[in-house]
Amino acid sequence: MIRILLAGQGGQGVLSAGRFLAESGLHEGKEVSYLPAYGPEMRGGTANCSVIVAEDPIASPLCTVPDVLIALNAPSFHKFAPRVKSGGIIIVNGSVSDAYAGRDDVRVIDLPANDLAMEAGDIRSANMAALGALVAATGLVREQSIVNCLQEKFVAKPRVLDCNRRAFEAGLAAVKK
Amino acid sequence: MKVFQKTKMLTDAHLHYCPGCTHGIVHRLVAESIEELGLQEKCIGIAPVGCAVFAYDYFNCDMQEAAHGRAPAVATGIKRCLPDRTVFVYQGDGDLASIGMAETVHAAARGEKITIIFINNSIYGMTGGQMAPTTLIGQKATTCQSGRDPAVNGYPIRVCELLATLDAPYYIERVSTHDVKHVLAAKRAIKKALQFQAEGRGYTFVEVLVSCPTNWHMQPVEALRFMGEECVKTFPLGVYRDKSEGRS
Amino acid sequence: MSKILLHGTEAICEGALRNGCRAFFGYPITPQNEVPEYMSVKMPQVGGAFVQAESEVAAINMVYGAAGAGIRAMTSSSSPGVSLKQEGISYIACARIPCVVVNIMRAGPGLGGILPAQGDYFQATKGGGHGDYHLIVLAPSSVQEACDFTYRAFDLSDRYRVPAMILADGMIGQLMEPVELPPMRNLREIPEKDWATSGHYGKDRRILNSLIIKPEDLEPHVNELQKTYDEIYANERRAETYRTEDAEIILTAYGTVARICKSAVDKLRAQGIKAGCIRPITLYPFPDDTYSACAARDCTKAFLSVELSLGQMVEDVKLAVNGKKPVYFYGRTGGNVPEEEEIERAAKEALGKAEAER
Repeated sequence: MIRILLAGQGGQGVLSAGRFLAESGLHEGKEVSYLPAYGPEMRGGTANCSVIVAEDPIASPLCTVPDVLIALNAPSFHKFAPRVKSGGIIIVNGSVSDAYAGRDDVRVIDLPANDLAMEAGDIRSANMAALGALVAATGLVREQSIVNCLQEKFVAKPRVLDCNRRAFEAGLAAVKK
Repeated sequence: MKVFQKTKMLTDAHLHYCPGCTHGIVHRLVAESIEELGLQEKCIGIAPVGCAVFAYDYFNCDMQEAAHGRAPAVATGIKRCLPDRTVFVYQGDGDLASIGMAETVHAAARGEKITIIFINNSIYGMTGGQMAPTTLIGQKATTCQSGRDPAVNGYPIRVCELLATLDAPYYIERVSTHDVKHVLAAKRAIKKALQFQAEGRGYTFVEVLVSCPTNWHMQPVEALRFMGEECVKTFPLGVYRDKSEGRS
Repeated sequence: MSKILLHGTEAICEGALRNGCRAFFGYPITPQNEVPEYMSVKMPQVGGAFVQAESEVAAINMVYGAAGAGIRAMTSSSSPGVSLKQEGISYIACARIPCVVVNIMRAGPGLGGILPAQGDYFQATKGGGHGDYHLIVLAPSSVQEACDFTYRAFDLSDRYRVPAMILADGMIGQLMEPVELPPMRNLREIPEKDWATSGHYGKDRRILNSLIIKPEDLEPHVNELQKTYDEIYANERRAETYRTEDAEIILTAYGTVARICKSAVDKLRAQGIKAGCIRPITLYPFPDDTYSACAARDCTKAFLSVELSLGQMVEDVKLAVNGKKPVYFYGRTGGNVPEEEEIERAAKEALGKAEAER
């Protein structure tokens, strides 16, 4: 079972990235849960969601101690980095944040997600670059599952699909190399 | 030879209304109208809380007894699910214009295809003569014993005029029961409203001025005179909306 | 049929629609706005009625009308809105009109907060409005259950002519999980309601009423209601047990909290502490048989009720355990959700106290 906390600023696509991840896990026949933080965070400000992908039925849907943190901006990186499980992974958007977690028992992946997304054609695909890095670092779901989800979601928007797919692949490549 | 018969749309139950009260007349007008229009087989009535609370014992069709003020919401629920039925609501002034004002206004604003019969006797009857939202200026009630004082109690609410500010209602009329001529006019209005509903035209509302000798502390005849002379000044009779005649 | 990823609120709607719900009346309040939003789209597609009411008060009375006319009808709200519905629910209970009310609980009292809570347990299980009555109360713990329990609630409510409530915390409403949707029920399968006021005349006419003014009439009516509640108690108590067979400390919780408790049970067991969990599925009728069975075991030393409230279900747990074993409580409120570690600590403390008291 892997618990992933995705956090960032409203509009960065944190919630949709979480849904892609959960959908992909579901398509592979895994147990998944997706819990968005709701409340004041829903309207502007910060956004985060908890995704769990597991082989067995999921008990608690909370991610108070995540195995993986995806932080798309600096405030969420600093807020949630201390909570990550020892031995866990942090993927931080190095384009807009430093990568100093203040601890050495976690692997910090400094991913220039915004830059990768801009190269892919649209800065709004930074979430997919981060998802690429996650898949490369954890093998949580197959690459193709995410691509399938993207194709399903953006079937009527080929340009959006292209940007997202390229950003996702750039994220994958950045971690693999 | 035609012999007068009581309408079959009223049961044989004994009416509980006080002597001289004109609620019973309105019951008959509503029941006769339904029967004359041939709507009795597929008809559902909503009884209010107040003097007419036992209306479910009198109308000879399916009846639901609603919580205080909520009859238009109950009627909305039925009519939206069973649009081919005739749904009528029978409410007094406390029920309709005080505790149930929100339901009244919103059912009208949505244009629910129901008929509301609004009994206005300017007083809370069932609970024993307290001030109503329609109590006249200067009229005495147990909660304004020196008479309704606008400085303390505000002014009576004219519901027909208020609902006529909305776009959706199809037909709104105020009638009275203080003499035979007006009772016959009231019958025409009620029948027209039910006819419009049967034709699926829209929201129909008939306000009927009714006397309350008991709580007005008047003899029945005196109460009728009071209605014809005083109540109609605050609550002018007439058609406030009739889209069939292009009046809006 | 394959599973799809659904929000808890959507799952509730699908459970309703698939079991013949053809009327929905609601009013916006966080965190359940997705229910009226979803229903406004779906209800017309199945030929049902949707009205955004002017208030929660109006919404429950629209349910009274529609359900009274024989239609499977539902309303949903969150805590403050459910308080407003209580008048209507009491009338509905007395008039014996089956319907389903959904409460996605938020933190109270008052306007409170919008985050998850379970502070409406007393309101839901002890009646809620005025008078002697109960609802059938089901507490889903997953999105699948949100769908299945709503589906089931319509059948239970029709069968007993008692309104049913889905009592879920805000987390269930927002959670997304894979759901296998039940097939669409054929409306013709749903038994005819020979009491419904759908338009009858003369000797066939029907009345739905909650005014029974003569004491010699009202008492038998209320007794008849109680007889139904007794029947529901005999037939419908449901609970899930998790690793209770040899448990020393039995955690108990409903809804999402039960899932956190199960995680805590696994962690305690990994530390050599024999923990188990009882999760009531029906909150009314309360599954007291499951508790008394556990209380009778020698291995059981204590119970710990874990709630998003300051101690409500714990009273029913105490009644069920009936003094045989100590019952302790751990709760959070204000929209805070306890973490597994908190529950582990509370369980260890409870066990310590029970041993010290022996």
